[in-house]
Amino acid sequence: MTDAVIQMRELTRAYQMGTEIVQALRGVSLQIRRNEYVAIMGPSGSGKSTLMNLVGCLDTPTSGEYWLNGQEVSRMSDDALARVRNHEIGFVFQTFNLLPRATALQNVELPLVYAGMGARDRGVRAARALERVGLANRMDHRPNEMSGGQRQRVAIARALVNEPSILLADEPTGNLDSVTSEEIMRVFGALHAEGQTVILVTHEPDIAEHAARTIVLRDGQVASDTLRDHPVAA
Amino acid sequence: MPLLEAVRLAFHALWTQKLKSFFSLIGVLIGVTFLIAVVSIVQGMNVYMTDQFTRLVGMNSFQVRRFPGIQTGNVSEEQWREWRRRPLLSEDDAAFLMANIQTPVLSTRNCQGRAIVKLGGKEAPDINVTAADATVFRIKNYDIENGRGFTAQEVRAGAHVAVIGDLVAEALFEGIDPVGRSVTMQGIPYRVVGVVAKQGTTFGMSLDKFAIVPFTSHAQRWTCPRNAVRQLEVQAADVVTMRAAIDEVETLLRARRGLGPTEENNFDFQTADGALEGWNKIAAILFAALPGLVAISLVVGGIVIMNIMLMAVAERTKEIGLRKALGAKRRDIMAQFIVESATLATVGAVFGVVLGIGLAFVVKRVSPLPAAVAPWSIGVGVFLGVAVGMTAGILPASRASKLDPIEALRAE
Repeated sequence: MTDAVIQMRELTRAYQMGTEIVQALRGVSLQIRRNEYVAIMGPSGSGKSTLMNLVGCLDTPTSGEYWLNGQEVSRMSDDALARVRNHEIGFVFQTFNLLPRATALQNVELPLVYAGMGARDRGVRAARALERVGLANRMDHRPNEMSGGQRQRVAIARALVNEPSILLADEPTGNLDSVTSEEIMRVFGALHAEGQTVILVTHEPDIAEHAARTIVLRDGQVASDTLRDHPVAA
Repeated sequence: MPLLEAVRLAFHALWTQKLKSFFSLIGVLIGVTFLIAVVSIVQGMNVYMTDQFTRLVGMNSFQVRRFPGIQTGNVSEEQWREWRRRPLLSEDDAAFLMANIQTPVLSTRNCQGRAIVKLGGKEAPDINVTAADATVFRIKNYDIENGRGFTAQEVRAGAHVAVIGDLVAEALFEGIDPVGRSVTMQGIPYRVVGVVAKQGTTFGMSLDKFAIVPFTSHAQRWTCPRNAVRQLEVQAADVVTMRAAIDEVETLLRARRGLGPTEENNFDFQTADGALEGWNKIAAILFAALPGLVAISLVVGGIVIMNIMLMAVAERTKEIGLRKALGAKRRDIMAQFIVESATLATVGAVFGVVLGIGLAFVVKRVSPLPAAVAPWSIGVGVFLGVAVGMTAGILPASRASKLDPIEALRAE
């Protein structure tokens, strides 16, 4: 119990769609321990995105409890959630979401700006994060001067720079070809090996195969939660 | 997010969209340009007017006249008719005042007209001829660089002598010493006894196209009304004595003309202060209208900036979502857009200051106004820019800060 990073109890999330109320999540209970490598799967409409938004503290549940790294985040205010996102969550998006006019280094520094860190420390930390993803020689490049794989690695460096409790990747290979996808999955594998907790949200089974644990959602509930003895080493 | 970071980010955003930024700050730019230029021009005119009127009249001298010689502002038809009904200032009035005034003053009778001054075949046209007493040289403080002024004896004798201005000497004599030679005005010869050093211009008119002759000379016939003088010029040692002299002249002249206690003066005093009064009214109107003009352009400028910022927020929804996902709080986003808006307006204000100063210098170049930029107007200009920018940024910034990160990230 003590090494649980994520602890969810009976989470529900309902949306008002016009006059109708849509139940996106109908009671999800989950526990994810430190240094787990988890893939969350499910067809569209299964509540996969809703769960990801809750895990990432971008949204709060209608009911239920969510404890992240020892704090109950399910009842937090917007600004408190912003702080939690800054400290605990490293986001990796399908579309990279880099600032187009900023260099790789400036992009990676962004979370540190919101953490209130001074310019000098930011530069050092961001450079180290870029080295970790193998982009030490691309720091001053802008996104449009880099390949898709490089861009996603910048995004991963940005996600890592605040040393978050969890790395939360939403379809991280969705915009990449298969060779580059493998390259990115190798980065995730290496980070996991170094002790990072990784959560992948994907609908591609061969991407999910890299994770040791696969949680499948269906109709807003956990349909299966399986451990893989021999995850694919990327 | 630290302020410096936000300003840097703002400049970055401005620089990447130079043309759009320029158009969006043009309103503030015009407002501040107005402010700086109008303030410096009005102040310059103030200095100029004071200087010029002092030169024309002198701070410690006044003129007794039938009605004011320098009129600023509109004179009503009624006022004009009242002036016309007044008696002329007769030669006897002037003599009476000069004989009876107790306050120590210098005074001279004064009539002016225009004439062609001739020397042989040469002509100097459009010369301002003054018929006056010998004291005129001390009252006007003329610098006679060659020769001398005429004397009281010459005035008593009705001598035909003349002191001429620099331009007259130049036009007629060209390198020959004019002193001792004769010029003719209205067919009568006058012997030149002195030349006054070059004085320059006032209100764009040359001060050197003149001749001064004794009041009793032939010129009196065509410069003065019959048996009257245009004005009596009186100079005291200082402003206080001048005030006393005015009071005394008023009393003397009212007594002489038999005016009852309820009757208005049927004569006037012209002082430098009085002449400036009209100008001061104009300056006050300009200064009163200025805040309105500036306010209008700043309000328009603020609205333009607000719209530009609203567009920027709409265009950068995804960026705002990303920043929020990475940990930006509401106030971080708020600060980012307010600082950006304030930076935009301040850049406009700074350009406005530069343009305003430039305009003031252009005015200084092409006109005789000594337009001087007031330092306070620069401060006010830049402050207004910052204030307008921040105010205009509030609504867009608040809108941005309230965006839902999930929705915002989904935006394209």
